[in-house]
Amino acid sequence: FYLTPPQVNSILKANEYSFKVPEFDGKNVSSVLGFDSNQLPANAPIEDRRSAATCLQTRGMLLGVFDGHAGCACAQAVSERLFYYIAVSLLPHETLLEIENAVESGRALLPILQWHKHPNDYFSKEASKLYFNSLRTYWQELIDLNSGETTDVKEALINAFKRLDNDISLEAQVGDPNSFLNYLVLRVAFSGATACVAHVDGVDLHVANTGDSRAMLGVQEEDGSWSAVNLSYDHNAQNEHEVERVKMEHPKSEEKSLVKQDRLLGLLMPFRAFGDVKFKWSIELQKRVVESGPDQLNDNEYTKFIPPNYHTPPYLTAEPEVIYHKLRPQDKFLVLATDGLWETMHRQDVVRIVGEYLTGVHHQQPIALGGYKVTLGQMHGLLTERRARISSVFEDQNAATHLIRHAVGNNEFGTVDHERLSKMLSLPEELARMYRDDITIIVVQFNSHVI
Amino acid sequence: GARMFLRLLSDVRWRATHPKWRSVTCSQQSTSSTAEPQPVPLPAQAQVVICGGGITGTSVAYHLSKMGWKDIVLLEQGRLAAGTTRFCAGIVSTARHVSVELKMADYSNKLYQQLEQETGVKTGYVKTGSVSLAQTQDRLISLKRIASSLNVMGIPCEIITPKQVAQLHPLINIHDLVGAMYVPEDALVSSANVSLALATAASRNGVQIHERTSVSHVTVQKGRVSGVETDRGQIQCEYFVNCAGQWAYELGHSGEEPVNIPLHACEHFYLLTHPLKEPLASNVPTIVDPDGRIYIRNWQGGILSGGFEKNPKPLFTEGRNQLEIQNLQEDWDHFEPLLSALLRRMPDLEALQIMQLVNCPESFTPDMRCIMGESPTVQGYFVLAGMNSAGISYGGGAGKYLAEWMVNGYPSENVWPLDLKRFGTLQSSRTFLRHRVMEVMPLMCDLKVPRWDFQTGRQLRTSPLYDRLDAQGARWMEKHGFERVKYFVPPGKDLLDLDQSKTFYKPDWFDIVGSEVKCCKEAVCVIDMSSFTKFEISSTGDQALESLQYLFSNDLDVPVGHVVHTGMLNEKGGYENDCSIARLSKRSFFMISPTDQQVHCWAWLKSRLPDDSNLTLEDVTWKYTALNLIGPRAVDVLSELSYAPMTAEHFPSLFCKEMSVGYANGIRVMSITHTGEPGFVLYIPIEYALHVYNEVMNMGQKYGIRNAGYYALRSLRIEKFFAFWGQDLDAFTTPMECGREFQVKLEKGTQFLGQEALLEQKQNGVYKRFTMFILEDHDTDMDLWPWWGEPIFRNGRYVGKTTSSAYSYTLERHVCLGFVHHFDEKTGEELVVTTDFINQGEYEIDIAGQRFQAKAKLYPFSSLFTHRRRKDEVELSGYQRE
Repeated sequence: FYLTPPQVNSILKANEYSFKVPEFDGKNVSSVLGFDSNQLPANAPIEDRRSAATCLQTRGMLLGVFDGHAGCACAQAVSERLFYYIAVSLLPHETLLEIENAVESGRALLPILQWHKHPNDYFSKEASKLYFNSLRTYWQELIDLNSGETTDVKEALINAFKRLDNDISLEAQVGDPNSFLNYLVLRVAFSGATACVAHVDGVDLHVANTGDSRAMLGVQEEDGSWSAVNLSYDHNAQNEHEVERVKMEHPKSEEKSLVKQDRLLGLLMPFRAFGDVKFKWSIELQKRVVESGPDQLNDNEYTKFIPPNYHTPPYLTAEPEVIYHKLRPQDKFLVLATDGLWETMHRQDVVRIVGEYLTGVHHQQPIALGGYKVTLGQMHGLLTERRARISSVFEDQNAATHLIRHAVGNNEFGTVDHERLSKMLSLPEELARMYRDDITIIVVQFNSHVI
Repeated sequence: GARMFLRLLSDVRWRATHPKWRSVTCSQQSTSSTAEPQPVPLPAQAQVVICGGGITGTSVAYHLSKMGWKDIVLLEQGRLAAGTTRFCAGIVSTARHVSVELKMADYSNKLYQQLEQETGVKTGYVKTGSVSLAQTQDRLISLKRIASSLNVMGIPCEIITPKQVAQLHPLINIHDLVGAMYVPEDALVSSANVSLALATAASRNGVQIHERTSVSHVTVQKGRVSGVETDRGQIQCEYFVNCAGQWAYELGHSGEEPVNIPLHACEHFYLLTHPLKEPLASNVPTIVDPDGRIYIRNWQGGILSGGFEKNPKPLFTEGRNQLEIQNLQEDWDHFEPLLSALLRRMPDLEALQIMQLVNCPESFTPDMRCIMGESPTVQGYFVLAGMNSAGISYGGGAGKYLAEWMVNGYPSENVWPLDLKRFGTLQSSRTFLRHRVMEVMPLMCDLKVPRWDFQTGRQLRTSPLYDRLDAQGARWMEKHGFERVKYFVPPGKDLLDLDQSKTFYKPDWFDIVGSEVKCCKEAVCVIDMSSFTKFEISSTGDQALESLQYLFSNDLDVPVGHVVHTGMLNEKGGYENDCSIARLSKRSFFMISPTDQQVHCWAWLKSRLPDDSNLTLEDVTWKYTALNLIGPRAVDVLSELSYAPMTAEHFPSLFCKEMSVGYANGIRVMSITHTGEPGFVLYIPIEYALHVYNEVMNMGQKYGIRNAGYYALRSLRIEKFFAFWGQDLDAFTTPMECGREFQVKLEKGTQFLGQEALLEQKQNGVYKRFTMFILEDHDTDMDLWPWWGEPIFRNGRYVGKTTSSAYSYTLERHVCLGFVHHFDEKTGEELVVTTDFINQGEYEIDIAGQRFQAKAKLYPFSSLFTHRRRKDEVELSGYQRE
């Protein structure tokens, strides 16, 4: 079975999305030029999610990738809800009051977010009322708590993450009279999701990360080469600090059973996540909810199963680690991606490929002779090299797609091998997951003219 | 970047040596280039104003002033020869496909050669010769065809082997070559200086030249040029010549009466290098490598090399000003394929140091041929532009033809292939031009095989039956923007792809067209001929008849319902148009002309019909769909559909009647087929087109009806010796020269255009004769096919060229049509061609250097066509056109 290049392209491009920040007066005054995003499923259905939105009541742009496990319900819910929680956390007191008053009196709400969505990025209609009520409760509490202080972005991000996870947990405990919704909130709570979210406002870049997705800054050195700067830490067994943290939070008696085979309680790869109430609730609570829950839940072996050595929950948190970075002119782009990318490619390669793609397509400087002495042969060599570089870039109009092409199709020489690409993409559904994970990528391009 | 080049290539000595015309614009004391020249005021009026100081503008000025017109003003918006002319590569090449282009290039070459002596201005003329390389056998065939044309014109030229190529050029890699063509007389010039030399000579003859003066628009009164508005004031004039190069389109559209000049600029790149360690000799030949898309010439001991890439960059689509030319960027990445081709051709150049990549925009036209002539809408508005990067090669000759046209009313050669009036309004779309020139520019190097069609700018004018025919396997070509069917691919046989039909040999559609021809001969075929130009001329009194009697050579005072074949002749008796005219009523006429006559014929009639509100001329081309029913069973189909008897007794040949067909009424049925075969053409109001077509096809089924295309029609008309205007007939051919005396009524009682010339010819005889040739020892399967333009040899001596050819499925031989001249063996003087002269010769046709025996005939094979025919003498004599 062999896919032709157009077939390969149609698979790779099915989920690609690009957003360009609109220009005013021919100038882009935002520190973000725009972003490219894409995802390639390995699971059916895909368990990764992505979100991007512009905050309308505060400044800044939010971008995030979410990697679900044990189903996609939690990742879906987080991708819909988290940015609202963040936006609300960032809102000043007066705006919160204004919004509350509008809801109270049935007036039209101020829009909080402008979403930038691919048509495949859906929101669940059924749960919107429920989600809205939880969110409203949150801002009502914020209004009551009015500290009078200006909102700190880092704190807002942490609060929003924790609050949403808390709401997910509560909604599952309370349940819903509507059986569909009831089942939904339980699926959300019993599945899990990591989140890696960037907030860009001018030169201020915050990355809040929960789990093992990753944010990588692409920096162009003076000599034109590319280097990668981590803006997040993976929350997994490879991160000594994370292992340390988990051990600190539980009695010494559990030290050996906490992390087994590089997994939390021998089961979970990420050490932080949304949902996953099986690692958060007490055994009693889990049993009560499962038993009173719908049959589907009750019959599910996974939900009924209690992790071994489960003594002092919670073992898991959704609290993010937030890294602040002040953007510099040499910071050209940020790659947010789920672990599906990072396990196939080294971060240095990721940054180099994106860097060359972006400069090649958008900024490859035309050659000018200037006063140099150049022979026809030298020029020919230079042009052939540039041409080869462009031809691999040429097929993609989207940096994320270009990255996925490399991630899936790279041969041992680091160049895309069509045959390999074709094979990897034509794997049957049940085999695909064995060779690759879901990949979700957002490439945010910064505006050097403003920074 | 470009500025350095300006200094290098242009020789500025003319200023000091020839201050005479310079003084017109520049006071003597301020000759330094930094000082602003004091402009001399413009004259208030002049006979001619020429806009554009490039090679074409100066050439027109030069030739006009030589022919005695002195009251001429030439305006240039920047400096003389500062636009494309300054930047262009300066190659004078005579290797051209189209005969008139070849003649222009040959004339230019001879003109430039003596220009330095004539004017004292150094033109940099060096006779280097040129070598055109062939990497493939097909390319070599193409070169051999050109070589045949050059040789019979007396231009030295030979086909040489790769080894001989290596002897002519020290650096060339010959390993991938199969042969080449060497033209030793081709030359190099400094194009800017040629232009300045022409300007100098013109100035001495009294032409006033004003630089830094831009024309904003041309003013028109009563359809005639009345003057020009410039940024420095107004000039009244009788004639305006638009030589504005790539700005000609914009200038044409700037006035209130737009003149459509379809051309569009593309960026064009070439490379300059420093001298080689061992500098190239100044007379080393220019290399043209069309398969590599490049040319390479000697330039100051180094090389100059450019080409025509596959992916051209059109520019100025929205229109810009000249300043931008200087700012055009070098684009090395774009040049890379051409550089690769260069290094492949001359690998030793690797170490050669680059001086500069020059970006020199060139203007291209929709059909790769330049644009000259008078506007169809504004009298006195002449154009010479769109040189398709051959401005230097054509400039001299084109300027001469245009000057003749203006002074004498007609040029000395048939320039219809270059005439502005070959284009219609559709070519004025910027989108069309942009897309088309992107196709045209690569074609400069592509192989020109018979019957190629443009792919861009298609499906604009279509018949209402287009979709129906397309669904039945129609393959299309385009004429004047109109889609016409070539042939129908039968179901299940659509393996034919474009590449296979691109051949100099037997094409893949041979059998398909053969079966369509057979069906025309034995049953009945339908050909959609809606593209033909259709005019209606009517009047309240006798004005229509009187005017037409003057404008046409045949007698149109025939009974109502008769169709007359007639030429529309010029003063010299030459065909301006060849048409069929039906007398619809006492006072109205319906006129059918070839498709590409739409603009030309309209302009010709408009300017010659009396200005009388009781006389109306209407273009009804778009109102009628024309279906041609060809074949012996057409009678049966039509009589069954109309319940009217259609036999020869009731509906004789060359007859026209309005009748009903199926449910549709008011169908004009004419008993002509444009092929000499029996049948009818139906002119159907377009809303009935589909209905009538369906009825005809349904009813025709039992008579074996099928669709056919123009290739079948062409084969039929050529084997019947029917001449076609625009291909066989032109403004330099009279009815006497093509055996159509019977279409001329010298005694019709009224004067008509061309009458005197024809009377004279009748008495003194003709100097060329339209002749039919049947190829004798030609193997249709194995040998190269004739196309047109092949030299004809009589008793081993060149006597003329073919004008069209086709395979005759009836004769099972190729038929070529062409003109035979009689050149005196010693003096070369043209002598009268008699019937005996034609009949007493042994003929050969030269196809790409190979000669085939041919039998000459002055009359068609009537014995071969022994079908049931009505009034054979009328039908056979009814030469019509395709």
